[in-house]
Amino acid sequence: MFSTRNFNRSKPVLFILILFPSLLWAYQFVIGDLGVNPIEKLMDELGLMALRLIIITLMITTLSNIKPFKSIVVLRRMIGLFAFYYVCLHFSTYIVLDHFLDMQFIIQDIIKRPFITFGFISFLFLIPLASTSTNNMIKRLGFKLWKKIHYLIYPVAILASMHFYVLVRADKTEPVIYMGIIILLLLHRMFKRLTRPQLSQ
Amino acid sequence: MKILGSEITPYKTYLNRRKFIKGSLASAMLATVTSSALANHESDPSIYSKNLNENDKLNSYEEITTYNNFYEFGTHKKHPHLNSGNFKPRPWTIKIDGLVKKPQTFDLEKILSNVTIEDRVYRLRCVEAWSMVIPWQGFQLSELIRMAEPLSSAKYVQFVTVFRPEEMPGQQKRTIIWPYREGLRIDEAMNPLTILATGLYGHEMPNQNGAPIRLVVPWKYGFKSIKSIVEIRFLDTQPETSWETLAPWEYGFYANVNPNVNHPRWSQGTERRIGEFKRRETLMFNGYEEEVAHLYKNLDLTKFY
Repeated sequence: MFSTRNFNRSKPVLFILILFPSLLWAYQFVIGDLGVNPIEKLMDELGLMALRLIIITLMITTLSNIKPFKSIVVLRRMIGLFAFYYVCLHFSTYIVLDHFLDMQFIIQDIIKRPFITFGFISFLFLIPLASTSTNNMIKRLGFKLWKKIHYLIYPVAILASMHFYVLVRADKTEPVIYMGIIILLLLHRMFKRLTRPQLSQ
Repeated sequence: MKILGSEITPYKTYLNRRKFIKGSLASAMLATVTSSALANHESDPSIYSKNLNENDKLNSYEEITTYNNFYEFGTHKKHPHLNSGNFKPRPWTIKIDGLVKKPQTFDLEKILSNVTIEDRVYRLRCVEAWSMVIPWQGFQLSELIRMAEPLSSAKYVQFVTVFRPEEMPGQQKRTIIWPYREGLRIDEAMNPLTILATGLYGHEMPNQNGAPIRLVVPWKYGFKSIKSIVEIRFLDTQPETSWETLAPWEYGFYANVNPNVNHPRWSQGTERRIGEFKRRETLMFNGYEEEVAHLYKNLDLTKFY
């Protein structure tokens, strides 16, 4: 049931499912159905989606350690690229719609406001991940180097959840849940390394 | 700056208008209301044009009542609109205590029969860098202060929001320390711009906007304008306020709208006016510099933010 083939088969459906919210929000934005502060709403939804997808890619890796779910790892690249897609939309909403390309203001904003700094660094770290996602790139870089680059997903996830945590003014339940999941997933990886060092080589 | 309504509508007119529409108003405000009173205020904003600055446009009733920060009903902007249906703003009393001649509890109706309700169109600037233009109905806080007869030793006024977790679901969770508290210096409280509002758009104050009575201090960030007030205390020392207690590095006691004082979360240099696409420059004291700048002549506003 959880064969590579079946996971591969589910890809087109998954693709549409993950793409759909962005199309829906774009449509709602255009027809004015995103509430009275649509730019803020759009930015929040896109950012939250990106964070959730980042966490899902980490979960997939963990899940693939469990024998029957081993093949789920074939979904990871697509979901990771979708995370990047949503981060790009989130960031461009901020640049274009929120601040009308006022670069001077945006640079100040990124430097002065820690939560934007976190989000921005997280975005920067995602660029090498997304741009080395093809099989060809894995071959060219060699798996070892490629894997090293892709460890960047850990700071990406931590910074992204901090970006959300700092933004929330009160009742930090939701960002804390995300941070908790990320920490658990990272601890699991560290624990695996420590207990089975020969496997990590 | 035009702020005072030349057209002062007696509160009785509002009461009558309300009687007219009361039947159709249950908990879901307005959804089905087609009353002429509301139609007047909403479809004919010229009622307020005398109060309106030329660069400002009134926000709609829908915008004002569906996008709120009122954590007593939840932390999302939509929550107050969605979760405030069970709140009962009548009957209502306000307790006056602290440094006053005689501590007492006023019935809201009694207060209202002693004051003049007038229209005030104010800009509201939230610390989160969004803003609205709202047609309030209310009376000057100074009128109530006179009724309260504070002692000359009273230098500050503290306000407390009602605590009713069974009617205000947000209070069932310790998001912030309940009840919500705010404060003003007495000269700020006596300033003619400072009002206690009991209505908006000619309509009784909606629950999500702070029914039945709330403070409006238009030159300060929105969180100073405390909602659903049940207690007013006169003090000789600066009172603790909710947001300042929670995060003093972010929110000060004064919280004057000031584009030059940086906030770690939001640039205060610009703001998004709800309903507009491009951001606007934020004005010093939210554009009420003429009326209030003198209150802070000797104060370093970067320190006392």
